[in-house]
Amino acid sequence: MEVILLQILNGLDKGSAYALIALGLTLIFGTLGVVNFAHGALFMLGAFCAVTLNRILSLSFTTIDDTKKDFLGNPLKVETPYIEAWFGPEIGGGIIAWSVPLSILFAIPIMVLVGLVMERGLIKHFYKRPHADQILVTFGLAIVLQEVVKYFYGANPIPTPAPPVFAGSFDFGAAVGFDPGSIIYPYWRLIYFVFAAVVMGAVFIFLRYTTFGMVVRAGMADRETVGLLGINIDRRFTIMFALAACVAGLAGVMYAPINSPNYHMGMDFLVLSFVVVVVGGMGSLAGAVAAGFLLGILESFASLPFVVEIIPGINQIIIYLVAIVVLLTLPRGLMGRKGVMED
Amino acid sequence: MGILEVQNVNKRFGGLQALNNVNLDVVEGSVHAIIGPNGAGKSTLLNCFVGRLVPDTGSVMFNGQSLLGIKPHEINQTGVSRVFQTPEIFTDLTVIENVMIPAFAKRDGAYKLNPFKRVQDEAEIRDHAEHTLEDVGLADKLDMTASEMSRGDKRRLEMAMCLVQDPKLLLLDEPTAGMARADTNRTIDLLKHIGESRGITKVVIEHDMHVVFSLADKISVLAQGTVLVEDVPENIKGHPKVREAYLGEAQV
Amino acid sequence: MLKLGKKDAGLFLFVVIITLLAPFILNPFPESSAFAQFNAGYPDLMQRFVIFGIFAIGFNILFGLTGYLSFGHAAFLGVGSYAAIWMMKLLTMNVIPAIIASVIFAGLFSLVVGYISLRRSGIYFSILTLAFAQMSFAMAYSVLTPITGGETGLQPKVNDPRIFDGALAEGTTPTAGLFGVKMRDSLEWSVGDWLFTFNFGYYFAAIMMLAAFYVSIRIFRSPFGMMLRGVKTNQQRLNYTGLNSKPYTLAAFVISGMYAGLAGGLLVAMDTQVGPERMFWTASGEVVLMAILGGAGTLIGPVLGAGFIKYMENIVSKINDTILHQWFYWLPDGLEDAVVAMIYPFIGKGWHLTLGIMFMAVVIFLPGGLVEGGQRIAGWVRGRFRGKESPTSGKAAGTPAE
Repeated sequence: MEVILLQILNGLDKGSAYALIALGLTLIFGTLGVVNFAHGALFMLGAFCAVTLNRILSLSFTTIDDTKKDFLGNPLKVETPYIEAWFGPEIGGGIIAWSVPLSILFAIPIMVLVGLVMERGLIKHFYKRPHADQILVTFGLAIVLQEVVKYFYGANPIPTPAPPVFAGSFDFGAAVGFDPGSIIYPYWRLIYFVFAAVVMGAVFIFLRYTTFGMVVRAGMADRETVGLLGINIDRRFTIMFALAACVAGLAGVMYAPINSPNYHMGMDFLVLSFVVVVVGGMGSLAGAVAAGFLLGILESFASLPFVVEIIPGINQIIIYLVAIVVLLTLPRGLMGRKGVMED
Repeated sequence: MGILEVQNVNKRFGGLQALNNVNLDVVEGSVHAIIGPNGAGKSTLLNCFVGRLVPDTGSVMFNGQSLLGIKPHEINQTGVSRVFQTPEIFTDLTVIENVMIPAFAKRDGAYKLNPFKRVQDEAEIRDHAEHTLEDVGLADKLDMTASEMSRGDKRRLEMAMCLVQDPKLLLLDEPTAGMARADTNRTIDLLKHIGESRGITKVVIEHDMHVVFSLADKISVLAQGTVLVEDVPENIKGHPKVREAYLGEAQV
Repeated sequence: MLKLGKKDAGLFLFVVIITLLAPFILNPFPESSAFAQFNAGYPDLMQRFVIFGIFAIGFNILFGLTGYLSFGHAAFLGVGSYAAIWMMKLLTMNVIPAIIASVIFAGLFSLVVGYISLRRSGIYFSILTLAFAQMSFAMAYSVLTPITGGETGLQPKVNDPRIFDGALAEGTTPTAGLFGVKMRDSLEWSVGDWLFTFNFGYYFAAIMMLAAFYVSIRIFRSPFGMMLRGVKTNQQRLNYTGLNSKPYTLAAFVISGMYAGLAGGLLVAMDTQVGPERMFWTASGEVVLMAILGGAGTLIGPVLGAGFIKYMENIVSKINDTILHQWFYWLPDGLEDAVVAMIYPFIGKGWHLTLGIMFMAVVIFLPGGLVEGGQRIAGWVRGRFRGKESPTSGKAAGTPAE
């Protein structure tokens, strides 16, 4: 029992990331009809928003402290972040420590802007071109984005810690009544899951209960008819793209402490997220989320030592295996709608 | 015994009964027109003949063989070709290539994987395609890319793609829609001429009554998924049920 | 000539000459000149040009003709490589069995993958091939370690059985060859300050590439190729025309898989080792880039694309900022720094960035890739030369399979 719960928990954080990226992919596909291979890059950009804010906050000036000597006997150089100088070490240090959550505020405008520029500058010219062209051009864009990031941030992963309050793990097992120590779970992963759930909930509420969302959902179902009603669908779709970019970016921001951001993390997640979208069913938002968690948790179960012992390497291929089986047996995925991407 | 026998065909899309117990009996060598107001189910019926749709119930027999549950390419190989309402052609290929592909399909069957044959050695196929293109009046456009042609020419090209196969049954979905009068008359002549020389059975969906009455040996009137009347043209003209169907449409 | 049309024969002859004279053409700069670093006429790189040329030609038979975008072709390359290395371990270091095995095994594997993946089209097909390739990669990395050597990969060892070869002396390394001639054997010819290398392995791979290129021309010009283009333009029409598109697309898939296998086998013949990273999906992405950058659906495009990318990867990537500063030393100091700072992100280690930008530009503006670009420029020049715009120049670029 503990094992099962532990594996479900372990699958949650990755599953959350898959689900968030897949949600954005599906939004873009469902509304704009575009297959966006650069979506992983948006996730990566989000993670680097966290890195950037952390660096900005840590910007320091150097003072020489004559009273102390370093190990060579020279006067000690002290690096003081401006923020600590302005707000005092207590508050300033606190702000730096909380840079990842703060990055959410920092990332939202940036990701919205990136999304707008991308849609207006590139994607809109590809609405009427074949899906293969869309895949190719966004694939190219993904390469460009990751190379730009690599140029500025280097090729190595950049550790970006969570606030120290959440740094440790807690005894989840004891909290729910199992033996103490049976389920140790890092705080930040739980926070990531809660965060993802909140973001997804917000997206669903937005689409369900606002006029804007209703128009967009109608547009997803039947673009031409909605266009005939005289509603400017295109502008709304632009906003949807920005929203999807933002969701991917936020997923990236919060993922930074779990996995130190590197320039190719987007591609790594993209491949799996696409599989998730296809398994969930092209154009189905609920399907994307469900499949994201499902595959995340499945992957975590397949990584159990005794499972790997029976079927070696299953943890590495389970997602693809599921995808192949689903694609061949359920052509529309788990929850896909009729008529989406069918010939 | 007709060459194409359609019995009790029903097709339902959700709440809409698109076809309701449709019966059709097409005599070999004849031209059978299907007319009716928009949404009467004419194209749906044609889709049931070529494997694009499968009826919920009923049977479609061609030459004594059922056309239901077999794939579009198999249906074509039994001798059924179709001209679509919006021209379905190979837009990136040249005109002559567009017509050579069906000619290959007729000669070589559903597939023949020989990557080392050369197109330029297939003089017989090419001649046949050229002649067919001459018949439809596209002889001067052999090497044009199909996408660059006018809508009317695309229709004629599609006609050639069907004719080159020398089908037993030719299905035409509004072959003259959007054509100028002169073009329409040429198409009528072409269809008549082919009908006589090769004895091709034709089923035509058409709105243009001029075309219908110039060509058809028999007319079926379809409305709301049901065949109202099936008769020779002379009897259709003043038929009260037909007028009702069309007037009903006019009132809407 | 060779049962090719006049235009195709000309193109083929051109490619033959270029390929045979590559050691000269790729080494235009004297050894001691500053430009020597742009010389690409060394065996290792020349081999890559032709081998990845084969890979891209094969990919183009699938994507360029049928429009089915596979994101998993590296898997077939990898299978070819593993098959080849096992032939070298079990039978002989002669490359012939290795090459044959690589083509056969890649063909069989692509038959299985293609049969399943081609049940879906469009993006689903892309994802399926991607999933298969990633699965193969993961399996080569883990479960199949006894066959693939896992992370470390495989290479021929002295004490492998090799039933056709005699036992090797202890301490020697097995080297691949063809009836006694080693792949790495080279003739060097020094003329003045130039050094030209004629490598046996290169010429072996080059002949394979020419054969592969010839076969691809024949496929493009066959009724079979015409049907494949029909699949790309209007698969439905093809079906209503009485043709079963499945055997055609599957045949194209298997042929392109065999090309990939041949490329994989040749990689092993030149450099006797293989690791799973050869099957990673980025490797599949690379061949997509090659074919499209050069010109998908054109005959010569994929070869150009492969050459272009390999040149960038091996030559342009080596330019660092010191070299840039040397080039622009004649500029005033501030300007020199500015120019270097502007160029540096795009070359050297940043060559991927240039590649990505070029690739996007091609997809957006030049669907016919570098080939179409070349034709447009040629058409424009011709128009200039005659003193008027040539009206056919645009159209010529648009005709497929040119």
